Amino acid sequence: MQGLGINILFKGINFQRLLGGLWVTLRLALITIGLSCVFGFLFSLLTLSKNRWAKAVSRLWLEIVRFMPQLVLLYIVYFGFARLFGWDVDGETSAVIVFTFWGTAEMGDLIRGSLTSIPRHQTESAAALGLTQGQIYLHVLIPQTLRRLTPQAINLCTRIIKTTALVKMINVTEVLKVGQQIIGQFYRQPDAAFWVYFVIFLLYFLVCWPISALSRMLEKRWA
Amino acid sequence: MDWSFILAHIPDYLGGAWVTLGFGLCGVLCSLALGLLCCLARYFRVPVLRQAAACYIELARNTPLLVQLFFLYAGLPRVGVLFSAEACAVIGLTFLGGAYMAEAFRSGLEAVEPSQAEAGACIGLTPAQNIRYVIFPQALATAVPAIFANVIFLIKETSVFSVLALMDLMNVADTLRTSGGRTVEVLFMLVAAYLLILLPISVLATVVERRLRYAGFGDQHSV
Repeated sequence: MQGLGINILFKGINFQRLLGGLWVTLRLALITIGLSCVFGFLFSLLTLSKNRWAKAVSRLWLEIVRFMPQLVLLYIVYFGFARLFGWDVDGETSAVIVFTFWGTAEMGDLIRGSLTSIPRHQTESAAALGLTQGQIYLHVLIPQTLRRLTPQAINLCTRIIKTTALVKMINVTEVLKVGQQIIGQFYRQPDAAFWVYFVIFLLYFLVCWPISALSRMLEKRWA
Repeated sequence: MDWSFILAHIPDYLGGAWVTLGFGLCGVLCSLALGLLCCLARYFRVPVLRQAAACYIELARNTPLLVQLFFLYAGLPRVGVLFSAEACAVIGLTFLGGAYMAEAFRSGLEAVEPSQAEAGACIGLTPAQNIRYVIFPQALATAVPAIFANVIFLIKETSVFSVLALMDLMNVADTLRTSGGRTVEVLFMLVAAYLLILLPISVLATVVERRLRYAGFGDQHSV
């Protein structure tokens, strides 16, 4: 009797190793989310700009990330940039570049959507009350925009976290790779792979689910 | 750009495109069926099934497809549940897509005014007839944009099928890249192939959405 394969997760530091692997993708996701918020704001200015070229660039950018699988973009940066421009980009840097490129467009589009969804009469009534342009933004537009934006933006965060799992495909040692190493060490335990992948599945769920729940709660409360 | 290389490898990419499109569409159809079942179970408040559907939707939406595939393809066989790579691809994509489709249908159903169901009941329709002739057509019309967004999302997600050793577009490109070293041409063709698959779907989505808007179901006032 060899016992259940789940026991191998609690042998030595295996569980900490898995968490360490998960942290690799979570860290990438956090960096991406931070950068996407900043650049997404600038992107929304681009889409709302009256300049035809700025509009065209933002439109093309958005279409690229809508149509290309993130994995294709990762390949282009990780394998292609070395050939095209002679830049040897390592896996984690490529991931941050690609996911920020994607997140910026998605976040920018969400910001644009929530800004433009506020009816015109809000600005007009505020102006009629004698508020200055700055006051209109501070007291009328920004609070309402944030209420519409926050649930969607939080939802985008869970999508970014899930998408960073793709770095496995460009040889970054993340949680699946660590899992494979652990399974390799315990090859005598036939059901090791089942438990390791099951736990990885649960770990992702435990990270993303509370964030989704928060997003839904805010959406209900502020709708 | 080496055009002779590109011309010579068009058949490889065609093969990959069929795999991507075939599994993608299979997954989409199964997702629609599963999503509809889950959505109806929740709509009619079927005991047990309703809770099961809710749990499933949360699990599938809060974990990455890559992790789901590893569990299906490398984890489950260790406890005696063995699927072929092809079956894993369809099951994995359906597991993910069913949850997204269920949410799309749900948002469509929620948009139908309660007065519609009441009016249907008043003229003597059975609950099944009411759903079939009154509620569902209107819900579907509202859900179509979300459904098409999911279709494009799911086809993009098939790019991780190379972990199942299926020769989809991504895997074809990867194989050519490692064997020939013509990274730029390989990636160029990969981008072109995904565009050729996804652009027509996107155009179709626009056409269908426009026609549905003309239809102007029920008491929608928008044209």
